[in-house]
Amino acid sequence: MSESFPGENPVTFLQLVSPEGVRVASETADPWLDDVSGADLVALYQDMVVVRRIDTEATALQRQGELGLWPPLLGQEAAQIGSARALRADDFVFTSYRENAVAWCRGVGLTDIVRVWRGNAQSGWDPYSVGMATPAIIIGAQTLHATGWALGAQHDGTDSVAVAYFGDGATSEGDVSEALVFAASFQAPVIFFCQNNQWAISEPVGLQSRANLVDRALGFGIPGIRVDGNDVLAVLAATRMALHRARTGGGPTFIEAVTYRMGPHTTADDPTRYRPAAELEEWRAKDPILRLERLLDSLGLLSSELADQTRGLADAAAAELRAGCIGLADPEPLTVFDHVFATPNATLDRQRAEYAHYLASFDSTGGKA
Amino acid sequence: MTMTTMMRPAASALLGQTSGSGGSAPRPGESLPGAPLSTPVPLAGTTTLTMAKAINAGLRQAMLDDPKVVLLGEDIGLLGGVFRVTSDLLAEFGARRVIDTPLAESAIIGTAVGLAYRGYRPVCEIQFDGFIFPGFDQIVSQVAKLHYRTQGRVSMPITIRVPFGGGIGAAEHHSESPEAYFTHTSGLRVIAVSDPQDAYGLIRQAIASDDPVLYFEPKRRYHVKGEVSPELGAPMERARVVAAGTDVTLLCYGALVSTAKDAALAADDEGVSIEVIDLRSLSPVDYETVEASVRKTGRLVITHEAARSGGLGGEIAAVVTERCFDYLEAAPVRVTGFDIPYPPAKLESHHLPDLDRILDGVDRALGRQR
Repeated sequence: MSESFPGENPVTFLQLVSPEGVRVASETADPWLDDVSGADLVALYQDMVVVRRIDTEATALQRQGELGLWPPLLGQEAAQIGSARALRADDFVFTSYRENAVAWCRGVGLTDIVRVWRGNAQSGWDPYSVGMATPAIIIGAQTLHATGWALGAQHDGTDSVAVAYFGDGATSEGDVSEALVFAASFQAPVIFFCQNNQWAISEPVGLQSRANLVDRALGFGIPGIRVDGNDVLAVLAATRMALHRARTGGGPTFIEAVTYRMGPHTTADDPTRYRPAAELEEWRAKDPILRLERLLDSLGLLSSELADQTRGLADAAAAELRAGCIGLADPEPLTVFDHVFATPNATLDRQRAEYAHYLASFDSTGGKA
Repeated sequence: MTMTTMMRPAASALLGQTSGSGGSAPRPGESLPGAPLSTPVPLAGTTTLTMAKAINAGLRQAMLDDPKVVLLGEDIGLLGGVFRVTSDLLAEFGARRVIDTPLAESAIIGTAVGLAYRGYRPVCEIQFDGFIFPGFDQIVSQVAKLHYRTQGRVSMPITIRVPFGGGIGAAEHHSESPEAYFTHTSGLRVIAVSDPQDAYGLIRQAIASDDPVLYFEPKRRYHVKGEVSPELGAPMERARVVAAGTDVTLLCYGALVSTAKDAALAADDEGVSIEVIDLRSLSPVDYETVEASVRKTGRLVITHEAARSGGLGGEIAAVVTERCFDYLEAAPVRVTGFDIPYPPAKLESHHLPDLDRILDGVDRALGRQR
C-alpha cells in the first residue's frame, strides 16, 4: 500500500483492511484509530449488517407495492457507516437520497426513512432533532447548503462541522464546484464526502471525470483524501482526520470514498442493460461486510453467538421497518396545502377553501370531506 | 482522542458515549417566528433619501435589530454594491455579516439556504436581474420548497434583492423583468418597490418575514429622492391606492408606478379619472384591494415592463374576470413589454410602456379606439 498524508495531493489510496480481511498498518492513519477497540469493530460490523438488512427489506417492500421506489445502498455500507460514526451530535449532515445508513447512524427512525418513498411526505424527519437535513434529490444542491451551514457554524464560533454527502455523478454539477470555491475561499468547516460508487445511473465515472475525483480538490485549494470506501476503518480514519482539520480552523477537506453500487440506481433501474456482470463479480470480492467479517474472524471476535445476536438485531430492524411502513396512514387531502408558507397567504387560503368546499360536495352528510 | 458521538446508540458502549462541545445541532427557534421589528430606527425622523439610500437604511436597521441578518453578494463590501445599496455596511458590521462572495449566483443562494438552516436570516444581492438565472434552481427547487418539504420544520427567511427593469440604456442582461418566473413558483413571496419610503419599509418587512422574499428594486428609480420616515408602511402583502379615481383602475408596480401616476394626471386633464394601484406584492396579489377598485370603476388596465405572454397581467386579468365579471364594462387591457428578448438600448423606449402607451390602453378600456 502506498499513501501520503492527506492534503499532500496526489494522495494515492488509503486502505487499512485488505479485501482478504488483513489489517494493513499505516503510520499516518493508525494514530486516528488508537481508541478503536474490538467491541467498536463489532459495533461497526453490526451497523453494516443491520443497514444492509434494512436495505434488503426496503427493496422487498418496493417489490410488494408498499413503496413507490427505493434507492439501495448495497455495497456502500462501509463508506456511510465509517464516516457517519465519526461525527458528533452537533455536526450536521446534508445528503443525497442514498444515505440511508447515514440516517441510521444519526438516529432517524426507520419508518421516517421510508416515508418519502411511500409517497406520504416530501421528507421524513425533523432535521434539527438528528442533525441531518432532509435529503436533496436535485443532484449536488446540498453541497452548497452544507457550505452555508458551515459558514454559520464558523461565524458562531463553534467547532461543529458540516458534511456534504454526494456521488461521483454530482461532481459534474456546477453547484459542487461552486461549493468547493466558497468553502475554500472562506475556509469553511465542511467535509465534501464523495462516494464514488462508479455509476451515475448508467453513466460510468469515466464519463464524469478523466482524473480521480479527489484530484479536483487540489485545484480548488482543498486537501483531498482518496480512501477505500469499502474499508470501514479507512473511512473512519479519513473522516476523523478531516473533522480534526475542520474543527481546528483548517478548513474543508474532500474525501473520495471509492466504493461500488452493487445494486441498481433505484428499484426502477436495470443495471444489466449497461453494466458488465464481471464488474459486479469483481466488486463482490471487495464486499465491505465480508472483509470486516474476515478481520473479526482473524482477531477471534467472530462467534456463533455474535452471528446470532447480529442477525437478531437485523431482523428486528427489518420487522420494525416493515410494520412502520405498512402502518403509515395516508395523509389527509387538505394537508396538500399545508406549510407552503410560514405565514398566511390569501391566495392559497382561498384555493384551500375552494377545494375543501368541493370535497365536501361529495359528502351527503355535509360533514368533513 | 475520544471515539465518536452517535445519535443512535451502537452496540458498543464506547461508540455511543460522548457528546460534542456544542451539544446537539442548534435549532433556529429563538429567532422565529418573525424577526424583531420594534427597536428604535437610526433614521432621525423624516429625511430626504434616494431609493438606494433608503434601502441601505432599511438594511442597516435590520442588521441592528437582529444579529442573525447577514448580507451576501458580489461587490457588496468595500464597493457597496454596483448601485451602492450596501454602502458603508461592511465598515459598520464587518466581513462576517457583509460577505463579498465569489461570482457564483447559485452558491450565493445555496449557501444562504445553509445559513438559514442554521438560524441565520440571509439577504442576498443579485447584481442584476439577468444574472439571477444561475441561481434559479436553488431558488425554485430549494428556497421555495424547503418549508413545504420539511412540513414547516425548516424555515427559509431569505431575502433576495434584485435590481430589475430597463430604461437605463444598459447592455444585454441588465434590464430584465423576471418576476413572473417567481410569482409562478409556490413558496415564494414576491414584492416590487416603487419609492424610497416604501422601499425602506418593505426591505425591513421582507427581512423580518419567515418566508423567502424576492425583493425587486426598479433600478431606474434608485436615484430618485423622496421623504423617508422610520415607518414600515402597509403590510407587505397589501397593495396601495396611490391615486384615487373612478373611471379606470390602473395596476402597476416598480418603476411604472411613477409613470402611471403621471398618466393619471394627464388623463385628469381630459376628464378621465384613473385609480392607480401600486401592487407592491406580486405574490400574493392583494385581490381584495384590486377587486374593490374594479367593482367601482368597471375597467381595468394592467401595466408592466415584463413580456406579456405568461406575465402577471394575464393572471390578474383572469382572476378579476372570474371574480368581477358582472362589474366589468370592458375586457381588461394589458400594456406591457413585448414578447421579445430585452432589446438594444436604442430600441428600449419602444419596448417599455410609457405614459402615452398607458393612456392608449386607458382609451381602449374606455372603448375609445383611435
